[in-house]
Amino acid sequence: MSEQRHQVTVTVNGVTRRGDVPARRLLADFLRMDLGLTGTHLGCEHGVCGACTVLLDGAPVRSCLIFAVSADGHEITTVEGCVEDDDQLGPVQQAFLECHGLQCGFCTPGFITTITAYLEENPKPTEEEAREAIGGNLCRCTGYQNIVKAVLRAAEIKREREAPHE
Amino acid sequence: MSEKHVGQPLLRKEDPRLLRGQGRYLDDLGRGALAAAFVRSPVAHARITDIDVSGALDVEGLVAIYTYEDLPDRIAEPLPLLIPHPDLTHPRTPHCLADGEVNHVGEAVVMVVATDRYLAEDAAERIVVSYDELPPVVGIDQARAAERLVHADIPGNVAAVSVQENGKGDVREAIAAAPHRLTLDLAIERSASMPMEGKGVLAHWDADDRTLRVHSSTQTSTSVRLAVAAKLGLPPDRVEVITPDVGGGFGVKIVHPWPEEILVPWAAMRLGRDVKWVEDRREHFVSAAHERGQQQRIEVGFDDSGRLRGLSVEIWHDNGAYVPYGIIVPIVTSTQLLGPYKVGAYRVEFTSLYTNTVIVTPYRGAGRPQGVFAMERTMDAIAEYLGLDRLAVREANLIQPDEMPYDQGLVFQDGRPLIYDTGDYPTMLRMIRELVGWDGFEAERAAAAVEGRRIGIGVAAYVEGTGMGPYEGAHVKVETTGEIVVSTGLTTQGQGHYTTLAQIAADVLGVAVADVTVVTGDTRRFKYAVGTFASRAIVTSGNAVAVAAGKVAEKAKRIAAAALGEGTAAEDLELVEGMVRRRDDPTTAIDLRTVAVLSNPLRYAFDEAAKAATQFASAAGTGDEPGLEATGFYMPERSTFAAGAHGVVVETDPDTADIRILRYCVVHDCGVVVNPRIVEGQVHGGVAQGVGGALYERIVYDDAGQLVNASYMDFLIPFSTEVPQIETAHMVTASGLNPLGLKGAGEAGVIPTSAAVASAIEDAERDRGVAIRRMPISPSELYELRKGRVHA
Repeated sequence: MSEQRHQVTVTVNGVTRRGDVPARRLLADFLRMDLGLTGTHLGCEHGVCGACTVLLDGAPVRSCLIFAVSADGHEITTVEGCVEDDDQLGPVQQAFLECHGLQCGFCTPGFITTITAYLEENPKPTEEEAREAIGGNLCRCTGYQNIVKAVLRAAEIKREREAPHE
Repeated sequence: MSEKHVGQPLLRKEDPRLLRGQGRYLDDLGRGALAAAFVRSPVAHARITDIDVSGALDVEGLVAIYTYEDLPDRIAEPLPLLIPHPDLTHPRTPHCLADGEVNHVGEAVVMVVATDRYLAEDAAERIVVSYDELPPVVGIDQARAAERLVHADIPGNVAAVSVQENGKGDVREAIAAAPHRLTLDLAIERSASMPMEGKGVLAHWDADDRTLRVHSSTQTSTSVRLAVAAKLGLPPDRVEVITPDVGGGFGVKIVHPWPEEILVPWAAMRLGRDVKWVEDRREHFVSAAHERGQQQRIEVGFDDSGRLRGLSVEIWHDNGAYVPYGIIVPIVTSTQLLGPYKVGAYRVEFTSLYTNTVIVTPYRGAGRPQGVFAMERTMDAIAEYLGLDRLAVREANLIQPDEMPYDQGLVFQDGRPLIYDTGDYPTMLRMIRELVGWDGFEAERAAAAVEGRRIGIGVAAYVEGTGMGPYEGAHVKVETTGEIVVSTGLTTQGQGHYTTLAQIAADVLGVAVADVTVVTGDTRRFKYAVGTFASRAIVTSGNAVAVAAGKVAEKAKRIAAAALGEGTAAEDLELVEGMVRRRDDPTTAIDLRTVAVLSNPLRYAFDEAAKAATQFASAAGTGDEPGLEATGFYMPERSTFAAGAHGVVVETDPDTADIRILRYCVVHDCGVVVNPRIVEGQVHGGVAQGVGGALYERIVYDDAGQLVNASYMDFLIPFSTEVPQIETAHMVTASGLNPLGLKGAGEAGVIPTSAAVASAIEDAERDRGVAIRRMPISPSELYELRKGRVHA
């Protein structure tokens, strides 16, 4: 017996995408398998590690805990969408590069999306706030030292880029 | 002369791709492949009485179900014993699928293949396996008691008993003759590598070409290739194994072939379809590998100044249900336990024991954290007993720089003598003393006490054998575009090899790092390698890249000399800034890319570059083989020994016994540093895992052999809020064993952490007489210790 399928329409990184999925299809699997956006990674599939974090209408969510059908009609931003309009690295990505904020890179997309959303909320975090802001994402490689630095550096880059040009 | 790239904190070449979400990890590949899922044993020890697959047969998308009965020939045989050892008298390795008996929760019993993973799991959960349960052996106490056996035909649950002595006299006599003696009983609990990406395998069988292409998130693609070929009965040349981007390894992915690495390719061949298996987190907990679990008994004899006269260590090592990776972990513990110290007469005996739990294989540190815990707890106990300063006791026992190379008189894990090549341990301890503020700490302690706070300081030192053989190799090629392609067989899991190996090649060839592309872990590109583990990659592959690039440079000089004509010999030339030029006259030069063109004399001018190389234009004629490329290998005669010391300040809550790390300091010596930014990152990551192992992470089995915390909700990997700020200082004692002077750095951070944290907590609690003999330690355990209850 085949599963009932459902129409899903989401805006992913600014592009309208449609899919025809079973009700149980996870948003993460929908993004990865149906849309081919494999930048979103699955580290635990039970909502703890945060590698699968994407932005749902700008807010970070665990895409392993949401069904694709639940995202119907919403806007999703994945790590692929955290670049600038001209395709250069976004502020958070650039900061991770400069600060050596990643090693294996597997958890990184979840940090990039999480921090991208956080800096909208708090554009000038202290170091303590930066550490707290990433406190829901696991990284097994870096010991977080350089990720904390990257949060602060990303805030700087964001301010530099947003400053009106002379 | 352009500036050298080795030693520069260059940004990583691999990062832009990874940061854009363009990494290609195992599960990002093979869209459209069939998916495999496994039925795994829910019980720790049992005979399988029946497997009923009937309920699964009408699941939509089901393609195949395999049990042990379906496995042919060599695939039905036990998996190989990868590292045999004469002392491993009772080895037992698992089967790809259980052959009638299961020996741990998570052991694979049935393989299901379906059109997608959801459906494969649907089918798997409808398969009913009946078990006749046997009493399980859980934990070292039960294994030692041997009232129950894991394997009925292995007496006492003993896989191996191994004894080493250092040839410096009889240890019993030395301890008996010493002015003072102490005995310590210690334990370290189980933990695990826990990379953020689990394991995974994707197989593609090309029936027309009769070739098998396997992607695996392994730490050794070359050895997986040979193992798969052997198991499937294919000529090795019909099998290629590619390691894509890998989301961390930390040891668990060096084990091979995993059952899935055999079964997935086998299924792909049988079905004529691509098959993929991606491990989920629970599977990783219950079917990958763990480490660390040991009990130790230490007897030590020492003099009035704390100098060791004799050290006798007994180790009981939990190896889990099988020993596919041999007894490497307890060998490393027994040998690396000695650290930077001279211990007088030394005898170590380990017993490696079977239990009905997941296999135990190296996890970052690979037995060293346990050994360092033993040695450093001993140092602290001696200091406490004699009323001496803990650092002073350590200093009294140090090997001195003028004693290098220092032969510890043991055989190391690589079968070679345990000879420390270089090191300056007195400087190392002096540096940690200063960095952590050892001398001023009593004032800090007093100031804290005034506020009702209790703080403590601890230190621990280690020596780490790195860069072991047998070898690594590399192929270096200069393309006619000027791009340098470096291919090495070893794999990468985040260590930055795309950058560090490029730095080494760039220096030898006089080019920019941006011009160098590094390929790792792809047997289509380089077939000879050992693997990435044991802090060996940069030492072995780095030197191999230098050898290969050196050969290319010499070849470039010969061809350039011929091209530059009369009066220029190869010896007159150097490679600088992408040119091959005369040392005495930089204007007499030829572009390296032109040399690459000339290196391959052509008949056909298919593009502008080729036109310059046709036989009527070429000035080559050096007798060299075509192509500006070379292969080089580095084969170390033995391991090179890195070292470090950690200093920690902790605060313990007087009421709740909460434990907080206030400062974490690291002095680290890995010889010549290729990229300080990357080495620092390795140290950070290691310390974080060490902090996890000291305070949070433990694999917990109940009496029935159920792994009760098999999730990230319950197995507590530190978040950013649990890892302290890490202060680092580096020193360099170059290795004398390899041309680049390198020592490994991958495992360093994790090795002394439990020992240093234990030392600091004990110090904070010293007025309550708490003795820490077991790690990790939780606040509730510390609370119990304060009440004089044994921490068990």
